[in-house]
Amino acid sequence: MREALLGTALARTCCAMLAGVVLAAVIGPSLSPWALDAVDWDAIDAAPTAAHWFGTDGVGRDLLTRTLGGARVSLVIAVAATLVSCLIGIPWGATAGYLGGAVDQAMMRVVDGLYALPFILLVILLVALFGRNIFLLFIALGAVSWLDLARIVRGQTLVAKNEAYVEAARALGATTPGIVLRHIVPNVIGPALVYATLTIPGVVIAESFISFLGLGVQEPQTSWGVLIADGTRAMRSAPWQLLFPASLLAATLFACNVLGDRLRDAVDAGAGGSKSSVR
Amino acid sequence: MVRYLLRRLAFALIALWAVVSVTFVLVRAAPGGPFDGERRLPPAVEANLLSAYHLDEPLVGQYFRYLGMLAQADLGPSFRQKDFSVNELVARGLPISLTVGGLALLLALALGIGAGTFAALARDGPRDRLLMVLATLALAFPPIVVAPALVAAFAVSLGWFPAGGYDSAQHFVLPVIALALPYAAAFTRLMRGSVAETLARPHVRSARAKGMPTRRIVLRHVLPSALMPVVSYAGPVAAALLAGSMVVEEVFSLPGLGRYFVQGALNRDYTLVTGTVIVYAALVLAFNLLADLCYARLDPRVRHA
Repeated sequence: MREALLGTALARTCCAMLAGVVLAAVIGPSLSPWALDAVDWDAIDAAPTAAHWFGTDGVGRDLLTRTLGGARVSLVIAVAATLVSCLIGIPWGATAGYLGGAVDQAMMRVVDGLYALPFILLVILLVALFGRNIFLLFIALGAVSWLDLARIVRGQTLVAKNEAYVEAARALGATTPGIVLRHIVPNVIGPALVYATLTIPGVVIAESFISFLGLGVQEPQTSWGVLIADGTRAMRSAPWQLLFPASLLAATLFACNVLGDRLRDAVDAGAGGSKSSVR
Repeated sequence: MVRYLLRRLAFALIALWAVVSVTFVLVRAAPGGPFDGERRLPPAVEANLLSAYHLDEPLVGQYFRYLGMLAQADLGPSFRQKDFSVNELVARGLPISLTVGGLALLLALALGIGAGTFAALARDGPRDRLLMVLATLALAFPPIVVAPALVAAFAVSLGWFPAGGYDSAQHFVLPVIALALPYAAAFTRLMRGSVAETLARPHVRSARAKGMPTRRIVLRHVLPSALMPVVSYAGPVAAALLAGSMVVEEVFSLPGLGRYFVQGALNRDYTLVTGTVIVYAALVLAFNLLADLCYARLDPRVRHA
């Protein structure tokens, strides 16, 4: 794991980049002399200066502060949605794998079927219809992002369920839910969490799409999707309003993808499985 | 094969029915109705409107009426865009969305299969490394970043391509590239792994030992089995393209299906939202079916199961 994260110069750079983005998102807005919604009347649509490092937006708000505030919202939604996907995907996969047979077949069929559906429409529909609040957004995103995780956990469970400790628990009369929750889940959770981190970039992208369309995060709060949408509208007169949030989003996704690849390879090698397929 | 086809078709229909039902329930469970405006309508007018669109009937009745209409390929009248049926709106938006989405998928497949095969053949060499770096980089550039960037560079600064609209083939160049890029990268990575794995198989080794030229080995012995992961990944990608296509339609002002979907969801235009969701879902399911058939063609084990 350590080797995967710090093994090469590229991996170390990506780690540093991600840590930088997270740190800046967490403490940046409070260090900034400007509040998230403070208007600088002397600098409306202003290009980057010493006072406003990223320039300002169309109503004179400091873009650096807003980009970091947006990062905060985007990252919180991504992590929260990933947790929701763990809550669904891990028990689903563990149950299917442990019970096996017809139940396993049926449960995995459901997963296959859901893969074929354009889920993002459902998320958009939910947030458009039931008010655009952040809770609904991350719960909906999490509720549609658990499919990969369920598959991985099922695979891990198939291996774990033949271990001696499971047999021992069964011999001692443990119930099936007890075995799944107390013995299977704790033992598959390590690799599962690694795979869960791999869903983060996907959720970041989905959130930015939805917010870009004006259906996600709403004013006065902001997120990368909202900032990029504003920047797109202003790109002829104030290109920095597009440049900074878009670059930060791309850099974050790049770092996540590079580290994700290395983590996946490390877990696959550890499990003795093949690492041939991308999915 | 026929039995396989029928089974998949039945599955697709059930999935479509599930989509229709979930959307129907969601849309009607949401607060607010299609005729809520700034001004409250006089009760008599509202009652007339509701009865004209059968909204005063019990929900179960509305549901079966709607299913009956769908069976006749009628998506109903749009609630908000008076004088238009949803069929008409879909007929306007669908060709644009299909052109952009279809071309993007083709471009992504062509680039991905070509570059992935090339990288696997040059495995661990400098060209392979370069391609993989490019692919990892491209994955970090979703349409939401690429589309505005392309407009800024090639439409606003250089003026080579129009920034929006859909009058000529030129108008589609930038949207298609913006939409295709990350999926081309995903296909490249998938294809590289799959070709590399196939190259190590015994039948490829014996073909090489016989002295068969590389081009022939790749085309005859490697590609057919190496394509399988790509084909099975194409279905989910088609579903993922939808979200990107909405963004691209927004950036390039293309009046495609995505626009109608977003508008309909915001305006509580029940029939328009449900209609666009159904069309999207039907497209994705049809594409999945097509991908499954290609898969069955490539893999005899599926065909005869």
